[in-house]
Amino acid sequence: MSFLLTEPFRLLLSILCIVAFVGGNAAYLVLAERKGAGRFQNRPGPNEAGFGGWLQPIADVGKLISKQLMVPPEADQLLFRLAPLVVLTPAMMCLAVIPFGDTVVARNINVGLLMVFSFGSINVMAILLSGWASRNKFAIMSAARVVSQNVAYEIPMLLVVITLLMATGTMDLSEIVRQQAGGFWHWNFCRVWINPLMPVTFVIFFICMLAETNRAPFDMAEAESELVAGAFTEYGSMGFGVFFMAEYANIVLGCSLATVLFFGGWQTGLGAVPAAWGGWGVLVGLGFFMAKLYALIFTVIWVRWTFPRTQFYILLNLSWKILIPVSLFTLLLSSAMIKLLPR
Amino acid sequence: MSASFDIAASAKSGETFVLNLGPQHPAAHGVLRVKMTMDGEYVMRSEPVIGYIHRMHEKMGENRSLAKFLPNTGRIDYLSALHYNHAFVGAVERAARIEVPPRAEFIRVITSELNRISSHLVWWGAFLLDLGGFTPLLYAFDDREKILDLLEGVTGSRLTYCYFRFGGVRDDLDEGFVERTRAFIAQMRPRLKMYRQLVTDNIILRKRLENIGPISPELCRRYGATGPVIRGSGVPYDVRKIEPYSVYSQLDFEVPVYPEGDCMGRYRVRMDEIAQSLRIIEQALDKLPDGPTLGKVPRVLKLPVGDVCYAVEAARGRLMVRIVSDGKEAAYRLKLRTPSFSNMSLFEEASRGMLLADALALMGSLDLVIPDIDR
Repeated sequence: MSFLLTEPFRLLLSILCIVAFVGGNAAYLVLAERKGAGRFQNRPGPNEAGFGGWLQPIADVGKLISKQLMVPPEADQLLFRLAPLVVLTPAMMCLAVIPFGDTVVARNINVGLLMVFSFGSINVMAILLSGWASRNKFAIMSAARVVSQNVAYEIPMLLVVITLLMATGTMDLSEIVRQQAGGFWHWNFCRVWINPLMPVTFVIFFICMLAETNRAPFDMAEAESELVAGAFTEYGSMGFGVFFMAEYANIVLGCSLATVLFFGGWQTGLGAVPAAWGGWGVLVGLGFFMAKLYALIFTVIWVRWTFPRTQFYILLNLSWKILIPVSLFTLLLSSAMIKLLPR
Repeated sequence: MSASFDIAASAKSGETFVLNLGPQHPAAHGVLRVKMTMDGEYVMRSEPVIGYIHRMHEKMGENRSLAKFLPNTGRIDYLSALHYNHAFVGAVERAARIEVPPRAEFIRVITSELNRISSHLVWWGAFLLDLGGFTPLLYAFDDREKILDLLEGVTGSRLTYCYFRFGGVRDDLDEGFVERTRAFIAQMRPRLKMYRQLVTDNIILRKRLENIGPISPELCRRYGATGPVIRGSGVPYDVRKIEPYSVYSQLDFEVPVYPEGDCMGRYRVRMDEIAQSLRIIEQALDKLPDGPTLGKVPRVLKLPVGDVCYAVEAARGRLMVRIVSDGKEAAYRLKLRTPSFSNMSLFEEASRGMLLADALALMGSLDLVIPDIDR
């Protein structure tokens, strides 16, 4: 039994858990999205497969896997096959440092936040790769859009995160959560005495997250009414499935990060869990984390089915003319307040 | 903000590519194919290629009797079939001097206006789908379903109606139609308000449509664009007002006109027209007289030698049917002047120098129905 407690075994278990978490989320968030869209649109959504539609994702995956993987003869054979892997792997890597509970974290490293952003930026390259390798005009236009969109939105996102880092003073995600212990007014979202614009920084973070994950209303990459399916036009079978999984993995990652950075991670918001509860306390924390995470994910789905798509230059103008100046201002304000006010 | 673009400079650089939109592209409704010469995201030249769904309706009109051609009219613009019924039936009645009983005329107006609303609802949903908003489509189809149910009760079909007859309409209104239509009107008005709050006032939508794809009245005239397209450019051209037909002159309604000429102008014209159509239906229901629904029509209908035109305001603009008769059972020449064809023609000039997404918003705002272009 002793080997169960060793570090290599724990890591193996963590990897399995993350893969299962990403896979399960991708499958069932698709169902949640389709069911949710159905509710928004006065229709039932998928309800035939299994018990009220609960087997729909399994049927979808079965269909995708059983299809032939077509590679267009003109396409770059290696890069075309490589792109789906490059898009999914970083999203999974990032989840390794997200603290889901007090001790529920695959690998806690003291530069966790930095790691998330460095791996997160690979996403762009993968979509660029898929668009380029497809040798398809729609795909290349989409790839060009993705690059300028992601570059534009990474800047305000990082500025906002730096603002937050000034307040927390650490890149250790677990430590950031521990600082938010106690009532919900200790959550970074509500800590207006550190920076009165804290809620604004969250809004910027959320908008940037939508743009970074290419979700509506910023889904320029997959603008189906203009670019067919954008960078994914030539992908069929599980190649497309993996891109889909990666999209949801990125949403989960983005929302987890928002939960950790702004909404106190596993903290209940009502005070500390009694130490006497032991392991159960960790589970309670995990439950609170998941509740916050899925509330944010629901918002992402809600936004998608409510708003039309923006136009490309509006998107870029929003970033360069509004979000970046505002996030720079919050950064300045934050640093000024930290310097001037006694801590 | 609308992006500006120097076509001449770009043409010199020669760095362009041809993007083939359609005939199977998600943004092209039906089988319209547009060959776009692009410079990056900018459209330098767009060349619509039509004919993928050409069915020779005009030729068919020349080799079959008038009554046998009547079902064809419902299949030209499948979204506003009753207007096409109306134009053809009206042309024949004008040529043969057939009297139409007043009740039949009122029924024609009521059903045509219901059809106009359903057509605009489909456009609204599909246009929003073009702009990336999926939900409005389902809302629009929900409301359209009620109209289709109403029309199904009267006409017997749900999409390609063949209800009007020479000298009247086929059947009288079915039982309870008047009450159900009134209930629909009462239901539809709050829905229009909700559409405005949910979609029209949305900041994203307004930024995507305002000042995008301006079309001048002069351009409309040059290409013969009619309907909501020309009314969205500030010209109050509506066949129902300018050459009143049927009983429209007895009804009180306004012609919504927006002078901006941009996509938002055309959008607002159509949304206002739904409200005006509801008004027309309400009045027509109030004034609906009793009496027969079919006038006296000769058993074998042969038009006298001559040339006759009849125009109606279809959902997409001026629809004119011209029948040249040489005294036989079939027309010698049957010409359909369909609105979508003219409205599409201005796309090439209007889309020059636009960004791809804006050009597609412009195309959506023209409300093209491809079978109506190809006939």
